[in-house]
Amino acid sequence: MTLDVILFYVFGAVAVGSALVVVGQRHPTYSAFALIVTLCSLSAVFGLLGSPFIAVLQVVVYAGAIMVLFLFVLMLLNVKREERRPGGGGAVKAVAVGLGAVLVAQVGSVLAAAARGSGAPGFNASTGHVARLLFSPAYLYVFEATSILILAALVGAVALARKES
Amino acid sequence: MTPVQQELLIATVKVLVFFHVFLGLFSLMTYVERRLLAFMQFRLGPNRTGPFGILQPVADGIKLFFKEEVVPEGANKWLFVAAPALAIVTAFLSIAVVPYGPTLHLFGRDIPLQIADLDVGVLFLFAISSLGVYAIVMAGWAANNKYTLLGGLRSSAQMFSYELALGMSWVGAIMLAGSFRISDIVVSQGGPWGMLHWNFLRQGLGFLVYLVAATAEVNRTPFDLPEAETELVAGFHTEYSSMRFALLQMAEYVNMMTVSAVGTSLFFGGWLAPVPALQTVLGHDVGFLWFLAKMGAALFFFIWLRGTVPRFRYDQLMHFGWKVLVPLATLNILATAAWVALT
Repeated sequence: MTLDVILFYVFGAVAVGSALVVVGQRHPTYSAFALIVTLCSLSAVFGLLGSPFIAVLQVVVYAGAIMVLFLFVLMLLNVKREERRPGGGGAVKAVAVGLGAVLVAQVGSVLAAAARGSGAPGFNASTGHVARLLFSPAYLYVFEATSILILAALVGAVALARKES
Repeated sequence: MTPVQQELLIATVKVLVFFHVFLGLFSLMTYVERRLLAFMQFRLGPNRTGPFGILQPVADGIKLFFKEEVVPEGANKWLFVAAPALAIVTAFLSIAVVPYGPTLHLFGRDIPLQIADLDVGVLFLFAISSLGVYAIVMAGWAANNKYTLLGGLRSSAQMFSYELALGMSWVGAIMLAGSFRISDIVVSQGGPWGMLHWNFLRQGLGFLVYLVAATAEVNRTPFDLPEAETELVAGFHTEYSSMRFALLQMAEYVNMMTVSAVGTSLFFGGWLAPVPALQTVLGHDVGFLWFLAKMGAALFFFIWLRGTVPRFRYDQLMHFGWKVLVPLATLNILATAAWVALT
């Protein structure tokens, strides 16, 4: 095994393990910290796959920006351990199992396609290539529309939070 | 040895050397800062241990090692212990992508004076600096103390706000060089004009924004609100003692050295000499000496600043970050973009 393969398995294991902690943990602050670990190990996996740009974006956007806000709110509200509610409807469980099955089927089909060798062709994920792709006619309008959507959400949040004077 | 093993050996040696150089610089900085601040305030500072008190950092180190490590009652043990470790790891990670000098030619090989010349070097710095916030948040929250919690919240809000301006201040320099690679940005500042072609002149506004945002990002005066002694005891590290306290201090100093090194690379031509004729002395490229000199000047500036200006008020800090720095950085990006498009 080469160093890359070993590192891939290490970071993959950390990502899966910490993701399990996110779901299984009853303390929201722990869950948030575990999610940060998941995102960072995913970023390492992206780096090992030869796309440093996406690896860095993963950390900057998710681990660095979004999770800080999550933690901020958790700490400001001083959230305590989640209380276990007895029971939980059978319908909820059925939906959860159904969605889980869909996810397993999806991942399975992708893995099967990859095993047949008909998976996605190698993607050039260098910074310049991603930038040119993002601003090419194929994605430009989608990209700009998403930006405007985020801006609108931002303006809406400010308008809602503003004090009436 | 196979070539792969050789590469691995060179990389390991480089990591060890840079790590220890920064550790040594850290202990030197604690001494220099106390001494210089003392002189600025008409005091003498530590001058009892060894000649001119130069052994003071050693004495401090020994003292801190032998102090009791206290974990406060009701503290969250895991996070409390992990916070200083995370702080020091994120602090040391970012020194890996800074080029400290031109490529060396040793034993018939080219050895760049940089641990990793990443294609996305600037973005990597940004990512690591955004992770540094967590150490402070963790430390503040885990200690189960209102002062540390308030200190942690304050500093995360501060670092979060100024990170935006910090990242945007780099964009102009990136656009002029046309690359995220830090060594490319350094090379783009070279030329027959010497220091007149460095980014602190070509990117004056960007440099000013970087200066302010970087000072805030490393929590130095006048932006040291996270540890405002008069209001918050010692902020997020109130409950820390012994080596855990030392690690938090060390992280702060290493961060200060990192922003000095990054500022040197992005705005002061990195290893380039102010006058091109001085780049080589007796046929040897002395680039890393120029780098050290510039970084030292930047560190002196931080100490000077601490001896000169009082602390901001919290609302002033937020107002300044969002309503002055971010618009200025945006203006700089637009102006630079227009300039790059026209030329």
